[in-house]
Amino acid sequence: MEWETVIGLEIHAQLATRSKIFSGSATAYGAAPNTQANLVDLGYPGVLPVLNAEAVRMAVRFGLSIGARIAPRSVFARKNYFYPDLPKGYQISQYELPIVAEGSIDIVLDDGTRKRVGITRAHLEEDAGKSLHEGLPGHSGIDLNRAGTPLIEIVSEPDLRSAKEAVAYMKKIHTLVRYLEICDGNMQEGSFRCDANVSVRPKGQEKFGTRAEIKNLNSFRFVEKAINYEIERQIELIESGGKVVQETRLYDPDKGETRSMRSKEEANDYRYFPDPDLLPVVLEDELIEKVRASLPELPDEKAARFVRDYGLPEYDAGVLTASREFGAYYEDVVARVGSEPKLCANWVMGDLAAFLNKDGLEIGESKVDATALAGLVTRIVDNTISGKIAKDVFEAMWASGESADAIIEQKGLRQITDTGAIEKAIDDVMAKNPGQLADYRSGKDKLFGFFVGQVMKATGGKANPAQLNDLLKKKLAG
Amino acid sequence: MTAEAALAEAAAADAARAAGKAGALTGVPLAHKDIFCTEGVLTTCGSKMLSNFVSPYDATVVSGLRRSGTVMLGKLNMDEFAMGSSNETSYFGPVRNPWNPAMVPGGSSGGSAAAVAARIVPAATATDTGGSIRQPAALCGVTGIKPTYGRVSRYGMIAFASSLDQAGLITVSAEDAALLLGPMSGFDPKDSTSVESPVPDYTRTLGDSLEGMTIGIVKEFFDKGLDAECESRIRDAMRVYEKLGAKFREVSCPNLPLSVPTYYVVAPAECSSNLARFDGVRFGYRCESPKNLTDLYMRSRGEGFGAEVKRRIMTGTYVLSAGYYDAYYLKAQRVRQLISADFARAFGEVDLLLGPTSPTPAFAIGAKCDDPITMYLNDIYTIGANLAGLPGMSLPCGFVGGLPVGLQLIGPHFSEARMLNAAHRYQLETDWHLQVPAAFA
Repeated sequence: MEWETVIGLEIHAQLATRSKIFSGSATAYGAAPNTQANLVDLGYPGVLPVLNAEAVRMAVRFGLSIGARIAPRSVFARKNYFYPDLPKGYQISQYELPIVAEGSIDIVLDDGTRKRVGITRAHLEEDAGKSLHEGLPGHSGIDLNRAGTPLIEIVSEPDLRSAKEAVAYMKKIHTLVRYLEICDGNMQEGSFRCDANVSVRPKGQEKFGTRAEIKNLNSFRFVEKAINYEIERQIELIESGGKVVQETRLYDPDKGETRSMRSKEEANDYRYFPDPDLLPVVLEDELIEKVRASLPELPDEKAARFVRDYGLPEYDAGVLTASREFGAYYEDVVARVGSEPKLCANWVMGDLAAFLNKDGLEIGESKVDATALAGLVTRIVDNTISGKIAKDVFEAMWASGESADAIIEQKGLRQITDTGAIEKAIDDVMAKNPGQLADYRSGKDKLFGFFVGQVMKATGGKANPAQLNDLLKKKLAG
Repeated sequence: MTAEAALAEAAAADAARAAGKAGALTGVPLAHKDIFCTEGVLTTCGSKMLSNFVSPYDATVVSGLRRSGTVMLGKLNMDEFAMGSSNETSYFGPVRNPWNPAMVPGGSSGGSAAAVAARIVPAATATDTGGSIRQPAALCGVTGIKPTYGRVSRYGMIAFASSLDQAGLITVSAEDAALLLGPMSGFDPKDSTSVESPVPDYTRTLGDSLEGMTIGIVKEFFDKGLDAECESRIRDAMRVYEKLGAKFREVSCPNLPLSVPTYYVVAPAECSSNLARFDGVRFGYRCESPKNLTDLYMRSRGEGFGAEVKRRIMTGTYVLSAGYYDAYYLKAQRVRQLISADFARAFGEVDLLLGPTSPTPAFAIGAKCDDPITMYLNDIYTIGANLAGLPGMSLPCGFVGGLPVGLQLIGPHFSEARMLNAAHRYQLETDWHLQVPAAFA
């Protein structure tokens, strides 16, 4: 039987506010345990939450960027359950009336087609603390620094049909929240993570299969692996006569498998009800319009502009707009070179991206900045060096931090464009290789490459390739 | 008792007085209901659960009254987590009624009412979720005021039912209450439900004429549950008001009889969530050598909470559960709106409402302990004001069988000044509020 996968994601993005969503404590990551938790975060008797207006503005930014409806009135509710890292015994979240509803985002599939993914809702809530087990034999420690950090939970429609689509969607949201500067997107630190609802159904069947929810996936790789494992598991289970049960599962990255955490029967009844300590969030049109006016150029808009203004293929535009910084770097290079936007794109997406990747650096930490890369590309454009030599120059720039011109000078890499010099080199090579010359002239066209190689070798790779090509053809023809 | 701190504060008050810097309240001694967090002082909420809890901070009410120069003498007993109408649910034992020690003082602010009735302190803070200021004030023959919801910050007041809880005062007279209410009131950035509306000087309007004032008599308050003798004291009080120039009009709040069942859905629902933080993990009572996390939760809470608190947590958990939420919680919220609408309609016709505070005078300690429903009906006349967020007062208006009877006034939102003046004018004509139990005279 042919199976179809149905996936919906719940993405949790920590909002980049300075203080917590309901208290004045700092949200910075990595402080000593419990040093960023005040009485409100600790859930002391008598304390009350006060909503952080910045968190609301950030949620509105997100909602507007996905074309969603911003609720003129949204309500905070309490989600009640007991856990040591949940100080109050309830999480303040939004339930029936979320701040953002009914948006969508487009992803690009492998075959280049676009797919619209619905976003059911996005709501504000507070993060919980963390339970620590390492180094505490027989005990559990609780760190409440994270308790009360603002989150936006972004719930997709069950529109995704493969692990790849799920990853593409998650990456798109990741890009978006960083563009909007509402989340730092740091997945190692847990600033951006997701739960995946996965089910399978016979292809053509309309009714959804029973879903399992995989909790707390904090890397794109884990999302893909966990979903693929889960799809396999469910299909095997059904094909061997079993039934998928609705449950929560955890992904174990070491073993590469998901395992059951709790069944539907063991699930909490969260007993949601409106939080009487907080007033409904009422948003005036004026505020929403103010936020709209402050939105940056969004990834899709930017990509469309790159295609239009720079004549780039859609694929290139998509890659170059994956982050705001990457796009800005590219535009800086193009502006400085003043021409050849596609060549600039190749360099940014090619060598630069590869070196960044190799050293594990962000674009902002690049050892070759946009001015320096533009200097290099300019020397290709003005024929000072060839594209091939430029690769060596780039490597030297990366290692030394020096400009392209300095390296070209030091190493004498200036391209030979003097026709006479190239002709002389050709003559020498022809003289030294009479056998090959005779073979070529008797019809062995393939030997052309041999002569190119020999001349390049003789000139230290500096001969202008196009000129060399032309001259060599004439000379060899005799 | 916080003797050392009180003496230090008193000395500071003396110094201020000597320096000519004394305000109206400088050196006035008072005590706080033990529901208000007081920095460095035990704050137990009448519960074993917090029997070891020393608050690291002051409630906004506490700091406001301290700034005005008052001196805190100590903390006052109460029903556990303010859940009770007789002060019998306190982990620290019942409070007795100064008028007759065999009788309850009312609750949950029984300690506050008894302390003022016995003239141990001239004034005490208190809180009112369903009548917890007005009912004990009535049963102890003192003056009690529950302000409008949002008038006084709830920050630092240990929550029972957040949408109903309101801090107020128990005093000898309305005039005293008018003096103390100002420093307690006003918007608090730490409480989102406190209201940004200026606080008037409540003493300025004391003595204004009641000529032309229309007072509503809520038909539903004079039902068969009201003790006949008590009713006759209320009728006496009406005659005093008539003499003062007020007119009466009968009004109806048809949904008011639903206030008790409505309250006993909403309040337990909120309490079941508010009290979840008492889990033995970070503060308060923790059971001995827990075997694991579940054991820690179950025994800390099982041993730390008393029967009435557990009853309400269970009721509240039930009404919020999947499948019951709509039938109970949501329906109760709808009825609550109907009750508010009834009051709003009434206040379209009248300036204040008048009625009894409690259906009977104080009852014997132990008499209603085994019958929560009868106990709950004690608050039948007071709960409506909480559900609608309205200010209410109770004033002494006579005695039945040697026990005080309370007269209740309810006003529109933020009509504290009007209500305090009406109470003050009544107290200028009567001396019920000046009666002191023989044992404390």
